[in-house]
Amino acid sequence: ELKEEITRVLTANNPQAPQNIIRYSFKDGLYKPISHVDQMAIHFSLNGNLVPKDSDEGRRQSIKLNTAAEKAPVETSATAPEEAAIKDEERTEDTQAAGEGEAEESGAAEAAEAADTEEPPPPAVKERKLANQFNFIDRPSWTPKNPVRDRACQSEPTPCKTLSDDINQWVIHDAYVEELRKREESKEKEKPKAQVAKKEEKKTKKKGRKLTSLDSQRDEMDKISKAAKIVERMVNQNTFDDIAQDFKYFEDESDEFRDQKGTLLPLWKFRYEKTNRLAVTAISWNPKYKDLFAVGYGSYNFMKQGQGMLLLYTMKNPSFPEYVFSTESGIMCLDFHNDYPYLVAVGFYDGNVAIYNLKKATSQPSYKSNAKSGKHTEPVWQVKWQKDDMDNNLNFFSVSSDGRIVSWTLVKNELVHTDIIKLSVEGTTMQGPEGLQLQTLGCGTSFDFHKKIDYLFLVGTEEGKIYKCSKCYSSQFLDVFEAHHMAVDSVSWNPYHLKVFISCSSDWTVKIWDHTIKTPMFVYDLNSAVADVAWSPYSSTVFAAVTTDGKAHVFDLNVNKYEALCTQLVVPKKKNKITHIQFNPVYPVVIIGDERGHIVTLKLSPNLRKMPK
Amino acid sequence: MADTGEGKKEESDYKRLHSFPLIRQTDMPEEMRVEAMELCVTACEKYATNNESAAKMIKEMMDKKFGSSWHVVIGEAFGFEITHEVKNLLYMFFGGSLAVCVWKCS
Repeated sequence: ELKEEITRVLTANNPQAPQNIIRYSFKDGLYKPISHVDQMAIHFSLNGNLVPKDSDEGRRQSIKLNTAAEKAPVETSATAPEEAAIKDEERTEDTQAAGEGEAEESGAAEAAEAADTEEPPPPAVKERKLANQFNFIDRPSWTPKNPVRDRACQSEPTPCKTLSDDINQWVIHDAYVEELRKREESKEKEKPKAQVAKKEEKKTKKKGRKLTSLDSQRDEMDKISKAAKIVERMVNQNTFDDIAQDFKYFEDESDEFRDQKGTLLPLWKFRYEKTNRLAVTAISWNPKYKDLFAVGYGSYNFMKQGQGMLLLYTMKNPSFPEYVFSTESGIMCLDFHNDYPYLVAVGFYDGNVAIYNLKKATSQPSYKSNAKSGKHTEPVWQVKWQKDDMDNNLNFFSVSSDGRIVSWTLVKNELVHTDIIKLSVEGTTMQGPEGLQLQTLGCGTSFDFHKKIDYLFLVGTEEGKIYKCSKCYSSQFLDVFEAHHMAVDSVSWNPYHLKVFISCSSDWTVKIWDHTIKTPMFVYDLNSAVADVAWSPYSSTVFAAVTTDGKAHVFDLNVNKYEALCTQLVVPKKKNKITHIQFNPVYPVVIIGDERGHIVTLKLSPNLRKMPK
Repeated sequence: MADTGEGKKEESDYKRLHSFPLIRQTDMPEEMRVEAMELCVTACEKYATNNESAAKMIKEMMDKKFGSSWHVVIGEAFGFEITHEVKNLLYMFFGGSLAVCVWKCS
């Protein structure tokens, strides 16, 4: 039985479809079986919305998409009736189709309906933009708020004044009467002096106007002048900044290696165009303002004597002098008063002396001697202030080539002279007519007063002698030193050693003396006429000398008794002779004047500045 | 009669003589002063009988020309105490018997 073959047959019959359907056929009048049973079984149906491109519906849709809004309604309206006809056709076709294509039918009908409904709205839909969440964003923002600040201001109230008065008829009447009277008076005055008064009025008016304009200008200038002065000094400081720095801070360190020698560092040069033809004849530092110094200009040349000048410079302004005074005769010497630093005593080439008061704005000396008041007959070579005399009058001494040493006293705004001593040359008294004894007078060229012993002073002469004199004795000298072979250009007491003084001369020597000993203690030969010598204010053993060949020599007796510590050519051109040298009382600076009218400041290097212990 | 006649003559003489504008006190600058004076004279002559209108005219003109708040007093006898802005005061006599005080104060 297992081997029995059973045949199975696969057929495409729907197992669920009925196998025999009997239907009543009215034609035949009896029940007949349907020959053909539908075997299709639908497992899944989905209504699609795809429309074939070539069909009418597809074409219509593509047209809709492509054309513009204007065309769309036209076309749609045109296609609408077509469509209606097509729709009918479709419907009739669909209903005829039996069973099959139900899905298609419905789909097509739906599509047609959809197309129908779509037709009218499209033009409206196209123009309105859909506001959906994907295209539209709300974005608020807020500008930052500026902080509010309160600011109040009040203008100044206008200035007000009160006035009070009371008027009546009589007040008015009186006022008018008064006014009329005044007018009559002025008319009367005008008549006799009509023309003159008018001219005067005009003049005064003009002057008044000019004055007022000048005054106002001057007031403005005064206000500016102070500022301008400060600005000028600032500009100078900026221009000469490196020199100012050197002056203050530069210390030559190579002095350590220089074996006791020193140098002079040139700092500022002072020049004034009007003094180009004049020689520096005197230099003096102001005792109060340590940067102010006075320079006298004149000429040593006997043949060429012209005008002179007195300039006051300050180291703070090397470009222009602070004060300028012009004089008729060359200045030969000057001196500041110790207690009144605005008073300058000046000696002239023509033998006059004068006192300048720097506080006053005039360019003329406050007091001047003249031939009547006993001026010298020869150039005044040196002036020096003394202490006030017993009546508290200012007085100063002067020495001149006419052999007289004169004391000038300022009594009641006049210079009164007193001959202190006459430099008579010993051994030259001669018998003159009528039994007079004539004495030839020596020519004094320089003098110096002792710092402590008030009455004691030294006078150097052109003959080379130095006289030690006393103010008390007018006819005799205390002592005579045969000092030099030529004129003694300068004598100076040592500021610390009360017995020592120094002298220099055109005979090329500088000699140091003790005033109790007749012979000099030290003699230095400098190979050229020595124009000036000065002790330093800080040390009793340092002094400086200048020679006519343009060199400055600085000596320190403590260090080297026989040689100069520094010999330096200070003045550039060869034809230029140095005439004077002065130490600044405070700063380590010397100023040197020459024949061309130039002043040079030099800083002393440390080796030259050694203070004695 | 003659005396009184002469007295009247004198009075009228005085009036004529005293009718020029006499400045009693002012601290105005020159231009302002001249203008104000002329204005006062014009106003007083125009409204010789009515001080109030004269004062009104002066005050309005001054306000227009020189700024607000001017004050004017015209009269023949009065006492006053006023506060005025500096450089804006004019106090003058006119017409022999009138006194005009013009000041600015706001």
